[in-house]
Amino acid sequence: MTVRVFVPADSSALSVGADVVAAAILDEARRRGLDIELVRTGSRGLFWLEPLVEVETPTGRVGYGPVSPGETDQLFEVGFLSGRPHPKALGHVDDIPYLARQQRLIFARCGLTDPLSLDDYRPHGGLRGLERALALGPKATVEEILASGLRGRGGAGFPTGVKWRTTAGIDADQKYVVCNADEGDSGTFADRMLMEGDPFLLIEGMAIAGLSVGATQGYIYIRSEYPHAFATFQRAIERARAGGLLGPSVLGSGKAFDLEARLGAGAYICGEETSLLESLEGKRGQIRVKPPLPAISGLFGKPTVINNVLSFASTPWILEHGAKAYAAYGVGRSLGSQPFQLAGNIRYGGLVELAFGATLRELVEGFGGGTRTGRPIRAVQVGGPLGAYLPETLLDTPLDYESMAVAGGMLGHGGVVVFDDSVDMARQARFAMEFCAKESCGKCTPCRIGSTRGVETVDKIIAGRDRQKNVQLLRDLCEVMTDGSLCALGGLAPMPVLSALNHFGEDFAKAATRVAAE
Amino acid sequence: MLPILHDLQEQFGYIDDRAIPLIADALNVSRAETLGVISFYHDFRRAPIDGRTLKLCRAESCQAMGCEELVSHLAVRHGVKVDDADDRSDLHVESVYCLGNCALSPAALLDGEPIGRLECVRIDEIVAGAQGRTQ
Repeated sequence: MTVRVFVPADSSALSVGADVVAAAILDEARRRGLDIELVRTGSRGLFWLEPLVEVETPTGRVGYGPVSPGETDQLFEVGFLSGRPHPKALGHVDDIPYLARQQRLIFARCGLTDPLSLDDYRPHGGLRGLERALALGPKATVEEILASGLRGRGGAGFPTGVKWRTTAGIDADQKYVVCNADEGDSGTFADRMLMEGDPFLLIEGMAIAGLSVGATQGYIYIRSEYPHAFATFQRAIERARAGGLLGPSVLGSGKAFDLEARLGAGAYICGEETSLLESLEGKRGQIRVKPPLPAISGLFGKPTVINNVLSFASTPWILEHGAKAYAAYGVGRSLGSQPFQLAGNIRYGGLVELAFGATLRELVEGFGGGTRTGRPIRAVQVGGPLGAYLPETLLDTPLDYESMAVAGGMLGHGGVVVFDDSVDMARQARFAMEFCAKESCGKCTPCRIGSTRGVETVDKIIAGRDRQKNVQLLRDLCEVMTDGSLCALGGLAPMPVLSALNHFGEDFAKAATRVAAE
Repeated sequence: MLPILHDLQEQFGYIDDRAIPLIADALNVSRAETLGVISFYHDFRRAPIDGRTLKLCRAESCQAMGCEELVSHLAVRHGVKVDDADDRSDLHVESVYCLGNCALSPAALLDGEPIGRLECVRIDEIVAGAQGRTQ
């Protein structure tokens, strides 16, 4: 009997040798004359266990990890193909507490299936959302998304249904659906994991959007730092076309929707939606002044639904199970689930999809197990490079849009980066300004000039020059940038700076004495 | 325009100035606009390079796991400067900001292949490997 063995082809897994392990398993099986079928999957998102090898047994899938290429011989020796014990054995993968305690709606299939097989996608629940959307018709589909309370997962949290309703209500000869897969925030990798691990889900979500707003063409803008995701997604599009999920008649409905993947070119600002549209049009990625909103006048001046990967990927579940079932997850006005990404100095880094409302402490301590270095947690940055640095005392903040705002931070795209007590927060504040200076599109003055002046001012504070005066100047500058910038880059860059100043002021003073002592 | 620029760079390793009027003509835009696009994006190079390229992530998650120590190790031990435009060595190291491998920081891409949990020992191997290639 053929035994099925699963090894991820996710780029994080590849970065620690998954390809070599996969090749070693095939070699060893051939040498021993054993009949195996090796399936390359996405990742389960338990990255400290990668490369994670899974074997299908009569009682379920059993895992071994992290497996090094030299260990494959031993695995065969102990009989891992029958799920036998080994020092690296993890038991049934679904029972690993890190996974079992999650509420995976979007990532339910990621890591389980062959990401490029539509034959694998359908039996695992794929296409049910799109089928229901086709049965409901465009208007009712948009109503369903509105009722679910789904908010944009890119970071801004704008209601997805409102965008869709706006575009759907406009009469135009051409409309577009655009997916923002320019996942530039440090500490985030959910979009990448999904594009590599379950690309058909995103295609299904975009098709639902296209059919419900009347758009026949979609684009996905993937950042160039994700070469594997881009390659996988392009192949997924081809197969979706061949399988009738995309093309002139989506699932035989007679309605057209097609999709094209475009590669970014290393500009963080292109994650801002209007800048992304400019880039898609072949221009410099400079932001546009809003209004008009993209929903009314977007790509090539046409009505355009532009959403994040995770927003689109949430819609098939909503359509399949209904808005009410989705809204049962979460708290307040933050409904549904959010894939959080545990990163930085963390013992158990990975993807944790939970309903909104769990605390930051449950995430970094309960799931993450504290720092990898074993030292105390000093700061946690939530929401990417423009998110606040929160001190240990704020770890009990619930993770939802409103509570994070009250704590002086933001949820962003759900990235959580942990720092231990060796971090110098004055340097982190300097970096926030430096990053903004590097990535500013240059359109507005507060961001373009302010960020450079910000770096200089933090340098003066670190050097101990007129400390009090310069701290005040930095605060004033942050106010100007927050209130006067055209988009979120300049508008939010002050958030990490001010949070560092407010919560870790001692580092700015310490820096001065340290420099003076040298 | 971006797909054209990516294709050129993939084919030739960089975008030659002689291509600018051709692109401008084909897309019915000015040469200035074309140059403006090329210069806006970090990815596009206007001069050829030899050897291997290591894109080293220097964003927050990798900072938390010591990527700056790798930068100084490269400089002190190997004399390799990051983001050095005049670099003529066999290994070009460029800063990038997030490769989406943040649970396994510090992260890098060596000629497009991902590396996680990058350590100084691995850097030594990469430098040695790059030298071996062109000799």
